[in-house]
Amino acid sequence: MEAITAPDFDASTHHQADPVRWWRWLTCSLAVLVLIPLLSVLYLSFFPDENIWPHLINTVLPRYLTTTAWLMLGVGLLSTFFGLTSAWLVAHYRFPGRRIFSWALLLPFAVPAYVIAYVYTDLLEYSGTFQATLRALFGWSSPRDYWFPEIRSLGGAILMFSLVLYPYVYLTCRAALQEQSESLILASRSLGAGTLKTLFKVILPGVRPALAVGLALALMETLNDYGTVSYFAVQTLTAGLYDTWLNLSNLGGAAQIAGLMVGIALLLLYLERSSRRQVKTYQTGIKVRPLEPTRLSGKYAVAAATFCFLLILAGFLVPAGLLTYYAVLYFEQSWTNDFVEYALNSLKLSSLAALILIIVGTLLAYSQRIAPSKFNKTMVRLASVGYAMPGAVLAVGVIVPLGRFDNWFDGVAKAWFGTGTGLLLSGTVVAILYAYSARFLTVSLGSAESGLARITPTMDQAARTLGHGPWTSLRKIHLPLLRRSLLAAAIIVFVDCMKELPATLILRPFNFETLATFVYQYASDELLEQSALAALMIVIVGLLPVLLLNKASNNGQ
Amino acid sequence: MKVPFAKRLACRLLMVTAGLVSGQQVMAADEVNIYSNRQPFLIRPILDTFTRQTGIETNVVFTKTGVAERLKTEGANSPADLVLTVDIGRLQELVEADVVQPVESKVLDTNIPAQYRSKENLWFGLTLRVRNIYASKERTDIKAISYEDLSKPEWKGRVCTRSGKHQYNIALIASMIAHHGEAEAEKWLRGVKANLAQKPQGNDRAQVKAIKEGICDLALGNSYYYGVMLTDENQSEWARSANILFPNQDNRGAHVNISGVALTKAAPNKANAIKLMEFLSGELAQRMYSEQNYEYPVKPGVQPSGLVSSWGSFTADQISLDEIAKYREQAVKLVDKVDFDG
Repeated sequence: MEAITAPDFDASTHHQADPVRWWRWLTCSLAVLVLIPLLSVLYLSFFPDENIWPHLINTVLPRYLTTTAWLMLGVGLLSTFFGLTSAWLVAHYRFPGRRIFSWALLLPFAVPAYVIAYVYTDLLEYSGTFQATLRALFGWSSPRDYWFPEIRSLGGAILMFSLVLYPYVYLTCRAALQEQSESLILASRSLGAGTLKTLFKVILPGVRPALAVGLALALMETLNDYGTVSYFAVQTLTAGLYDTWLNLSNLGGAAQIAGLMVGIALLLLYLERSSRRQVKTYQTGIKVRPLEPTRLSGKYAVAAATFCFLLILAGFLVPAGLLTYYAVLYFEQSWTNDFVEYALNSLKLSSLAALILIIVGTLLAYSQRIAPSKFNKTMVRLASVGYAMPGAVLAVGVIVPLGRFDNWFDGVAKAWFGTGTGLLLSGTVVAILYAYSARFLTVSLGSAESGLARITPTMDQAARTLGHGPWTSLRKIHLPLLRRSLLAAAIIVFVDCMKELPATLILRPFNFETLATFVYQYASDELLEQSALAALMIVIVGLLPVLLLNKASNNGQ
Repeated sequence: MKVPFAKRLACRLLMVTAGLVSGQQVMAADEVNIYSNRQPFLIRPILDTFTRQTGIETNVVFTKTGVAERLKTEGANSPADLVLTVDIGRLQELVEADVVQPVESKVLDTNIPAQYRSKENLWFGLTLRVRNIYASKERTDIKAISYEDLSKPEWKGRVCTRSGKHQYNIALIASMIAHHGEAEAEKWLRGVKANLAQKPQGNDRAQVKAIKEGICDLALGNSYYYGVMLTDENQSEWARSANILFPNQDNRGAHVNISGVALTKAAPNKANAIKLMEFLSGELAQRMYSEQNYEYPVKPGVQPSGLVSSWGSFTADQISLDEIAKYREQAVKLVDKVDFDG
């Protein structure tokens, strides 16, 4: 009972009520389950074929590290600028098109990073439409006649990632901004603070946990990316990882590099958390009046609308437009009746994963609140950095334990019943869902945690006083308050799974295609035109639930 | 969200999972299961022909990574029979992971020259791909060239290639080490790097495109891309801006890599799998590889497609791929050492 008042309270020395112990066990077993793939990669890292580090340190490692650092810094700054600004505008102001922008700002999210990279390269490289037009206009005839920024570069990569990853920041921050109590802002204003002061002293600190969640996702996705950076010839740590794995056949060495990447993610999370330790903001409850947006007029309204429109134009309309153009042009070559099946496979996998992860994420976050323990906290923290690992490596982390389990189970069945079971889980959809869970837990967990953090513990106490157990108060109090955060998380998980490629590719059953794996057979050969139709379908199918969920989240005010 | 709706949703989703899991069990009697590094659209027509002829179904998982790892942990229970892949490096990886078994087949031995299969019959080459040098028609007038020439000062700022880390380039560099020793190969690679017109980027076709755009005059690229580009409406002008040259015709011959096949250790459908291997090395499949994918047949005597033949005949480097594979690791490290991609 006493554990609920302070989140850091360690109740282990006290007499514990059974529900608390039960919740701890639940957390522990869920966290271990999700941690297994990550741990098996760490296990692999103890058995490298050869120590790769002397070679790497003497040659390319310094560049991998600095490139990775610049890329993450650039994407961090730019996607915060894009995402936070647009979220703040939409949540706090009224301007022409705001209603549409509020959902349309999510659209770029459905475009896989490697697809937007292909599209802009196609448009902006030397032979692309844009430069060709310039040449025709000014009479230039060769690359030596003029200067044009190289799209396949570090800067280009930063821009591409930021354009499709800012929605992480937008979505988490918008939810937080909308859940922020108006009375707090009114109080600040009535105490004489101006708009800017209120923004920096009241609004932003309140959004910070959500910003951290969104940004962490964007950065981890940048860190684990291989397709985009290799297309742009930007050499990050993943380049070294794939090289060690595939060219040197040194899986253990590759796992060590994956470990380094997870270490970087943990370090960033730790820094963010420790600098935020003192700040706690709570909202008081359900009855808070929804924030009444201020009306913008004149040039401010135009500026706000232009900003939002440009993001949508660059992040969605341009890529979707070009994909549509190629899809129509190459329709005969690209259409297959199997598309319906692929789309259904993608839909089923992604919605199942979203459901699983929302449940697991909420349970983990909630049990940390009502039955905190240091050990579990560490486990949960670790389990949520699987996202920093390239999907292909995490997939190997799923293959190994599942294969061992299946073979063990088969052996047991043979010994007891005389007939084996074969491989029960390996090569089934379960393996893919398991990988998704290990990979994207951080999304739902982060959203649930930041949502819970905004609910004051007095609510829990009140519920206890009224005789409600943890389950009842979760259902009656926390879940309704978490609705927005969890819907936001569901959207992110869903779309991430729609786009997920490397793990799906490795783990899938025979003859099983999703839209992403179908796109890959062309995209892996840089056949943008042939892959356009299927890529467009990922975008469209990915959008439907985004729009539906977004509608649900807006209507429930 | 209303609770009843959530409950209904959860129930439906559970049923869907159950369906997905049980529906995926492949249970047909006559079948071959394949893990493939080759894109489905490249191999599907050939596999379908096999099914029409024999009634044996083929089931495929296409992935470019993780095949060795998956086979290794699935162990004796693995459902996979064959691995279809490109590049000698990938085949070597399967041997090292100890997940393949030897095949004794007269048909395979006759169809596939010894230099293109492993000494222990653990893997078999199915098609050949030459590492060509593409030369600008407009800005060069050379008819013969060698890989060694790429490092000569006269080509400074005129050479394009994809990443030195790509498996096709790694195999080429490994063959340079095999022929000249590591020190000479390093000198050569530094020379090529000094001649690069731009940082290595893009795929093989992008290099030919760069020739068309005037960015460079020579480019490394595999042979079949010439066919792919020539038959594509938008890309044919890239191809037409360049001649395809077969390097080292005056001495050891052009470097050749393979796409190949291996039988897994677990292979539950071994007999069917060997049938498919033999079919793939046979006249009909070899023709199809050449007609559809513009690859060179591995089987002696099978004529390449008309388009492929029109590029002229060539002498291939006689060194065995087993030999080249030995130097892959050195080649990878050499690329880092000379900072080829930097």
